[in-house]
Amino acid sequence: MTGSAESTDVLIIGSGFGGSIPAYHLAAGGARVLVLERGPWLAAEEFDHDLRLGTSSTRVFEFVVGQGMSVLSGNCVGGGSVVYFAAMPRAPRFVFERQGSIGHRLWPAAITRDALEPWYERVEEALPISPASWDTTTYAGGLWAAACDHAGRTCNPVPAAVDSDLCTNCNWMMSGCRFDAKRSLLLNYLPAALEHGAEIRPLHEVQQITRLADGGYRVHYNTVDEVDYRVVTGGGTVDAKVVIVAAGAGATPVILQRSEPALGTMPHAVGRYFSGNGERLNTAVIDEDKARDLLGLDRGDGRAYEAYQIGRGPTVASWDRLDGSRPEFERYSLEQLYFPPGLGTVLAQVPGADGPSWFGPGKKELLRDWKSWLTIFTMSEDDNEGVFGAPPPTGNANRFSQQMFGFGTISYEPTENTLRGWEKSDADVREILEKDGLAEVLPWTNDVIGAYTVHPLASCRIGDDPATSALDDRHELRGHPGIFVTDGSAVPAGLTVNPAFTIAALAERAVPGIVAALRERGVQVAYGAPSPSGAAGGRRATREFARAAGL
Amino acid sequence: MEESSAERAPDVRTLTLEAFADTVIPGEKRWPGDRAIAGVSIGGGSVQAGALAVLEMPEGGMAPALDDVVAALNVHAEHHRDRVGLPTNEEVPPFTALPWADRTAVLNELTAVGHPEKELWTGLALFCYMAFDTGAHLPTTEALATGHPGLTLMRFQTPDTDGLWRFPDYSYRRPLSKLHPDTLENGSLK
Repeated sequence: MTGSAESTDVLIIGSGFGGSIPAYHLAAGGARVLVLERGPWLAAEEFDHDLRLGTSSTRVFEFVVGQGMSVLSGNCVGGGSVVYFAAMPRAPRFVFERQGSIGHRLWPAAITRDALEPWYERVEEALPISPASWDTTTYAGGLWAAACDHAGRTCNPVPAAVDSDLCTNCNWMMSGCRFDAKRSLLLNYLPAALEHGAEIRPLHEVQQITRLADGGYRVHYNTVDEVDYRVVTGGGTVDAKVVIVAAGAGATPVILQRSEPALGTMPHAVGRYFSGNGERLNTAVIDEDKARDLLGLDRGDGRAYEAYQIGRGPTVASWDRLDGSRPEFERYSLEQLYFPPGLGTVLAQVPGADGPSWFGPGKKELLRDWKSWLTIFTMSEDDNEGVFGAPPPTGNANRFSQQMFGFGTISYEPTENTLRGWEKSDADVREILEKDGLAEVLPWTNDVIGAYTVHPLASCRIGDDPATSALDDRHELRGHPGIFVTDGSAVPAGLTVNPAFTIAALAERAVPGIVAALRERGVQVAYGAPSPSGAAGGRRATREFARAAGL
Repeated sequence: MEESSAERAPDVRTLTLEAFADTVIPGEKRWPGDRAIAGVSIGGGSVQAGALAVLEMPEGGMAPALDDVVAALNVHAEHHRDRVGLPTNEEVPPFTALPWADRTAVLNELTAVGHPEKELWTGLALFCYMAFDTGAHLPTTEALATGHPGLTLMRFQTPDTDGLWRFPDYSYRRPLSKLHPDTLENGSLK
């Protein structure tokens, strides 16, 4: 095999949290960093308020339908941070002690909530994450809080990476934030990485990794058309001393599976133990009179609510069931949420339907009340049931549409444990919202596209047990030194809360180990850059860990 | 919209797909004798919302398959018709010839868990559905300005004059519940 024309110290696959955070630190430390991102690179003015196919609502998204599980994820420079709702709670303490169904702790012994706190602090400083407040809680969030209170429950404003001074509460944040209010990676880690010389190439979809005689790796990519992602426009290779795979939990294992013939046997856990973060949705139609009379809500113009369209995704969550003394699989958040029409309405079912529940005349009537909808998002402890089949010819799915829609290889059959958590959360939502006739509520159907997740996790996870984890506790792929995985696929199991903050904290924590690996390969790279904002509090807090890593 | 059946010469493809779309989100008949639309609902449905335009969009990826889809749907409709003992009707394609309840029964069967063609029929239904609740073939500002039946029925708010949405009034601005007792200053649980 002849050598590649191109080489770099670090090749990073994907530019979401798992890619951008190492890209910044390694570039700031002096390494040559190249990021290959399969999606387009959009700026704020390109984030459309538009539901037409072909606008940013489909350009920056991927919706992959598998057997029993459909996965929504980002597909652009900035990855999930561009399309996420920016809700940033830390994972509850008990999550790190989970055993799932395998009878021992899923997380590496080195990682507990306490151990992760300094890394959370670094991310909080860098994005930054804003304190939650009732003043910035939207009508929908306020309604959910008031309903929880009415039912004797608690409810919390959720910390978010949103600049409230810039936010217009337009609720288009899933298509990217037009106002730069959402603190995506386009505003912090990525520009800081570029400033330090990192290069980012959009529309470069990595297919596989092969091994070089000198211990390095060769990364093979296709370039794809900027409008029709099904069209391959070219390709190439880049040689790198270290490869960081951060293509997202729906794509990272597929790249590694496709690389197996060239790289050699992959750990058993590559493409197994996928978690959908135990996600589940319920939609309620609120009785406006009851919202006024029972909850005392008034927008000041005579309306009690009628505000489903207004806001910024989730702003509050009820965390009463995040109680470590409850049995595993029975702990979950109940978070208020908004999804735009289309994805956000199609699976909602008609309460009391005498006939089809997700289409037909009853569904049309349900849509008539759309302004009075309230959607509640369950994040629970699923059983890591997801398994990936053989990889498709290219990418991570057989793309059906020019953008967004494709068919993937994941299969997911929920176990009794997962189903029990969903049943309990459904019952909780019903108990809260149907109390005294406040609303009618039903879960979204799983009969149309299976279960679904916007937070794919664990398909290439960290752990101490080689039989059930693909990565060691430094995020290095077992048996393949110099390949690291730092995205959501590394998270061992469902987190019961929005995972972006934890994914980002783990990526921060992984950087010192990657720096050490680069030094072993003769790359002069320093560790210890301040936050992309210039703040240095987080650096001080993690110095001890970096010293322990030999840096 | 005034349009007579004489001015319009609907082909098998149009009649079949419109009948399918009308089963997903039904509307009212566009003219007396409108065969594609069953007429079980007041106001526009998926057909009036632009389902066929959405299905034909190159962006969606469905267009190249539509001739085959129409043929297959009509075969399923014939089987259903014969199974339940409905009379043959030569005037319109078999799916369009079915009464409303039987169209619904066919769609239910084709999209049921375990049906070997579930992926195809669910996909077709999803595109028809999206036409109604998003107007996926039109810029959303244009859809709202022209009275798109789905977005209008949902009372989707219109944007500011620059085509962007802003909601300056968005919050009750007061505490509405107790916080979880383990809440930290940073907003997470301890």
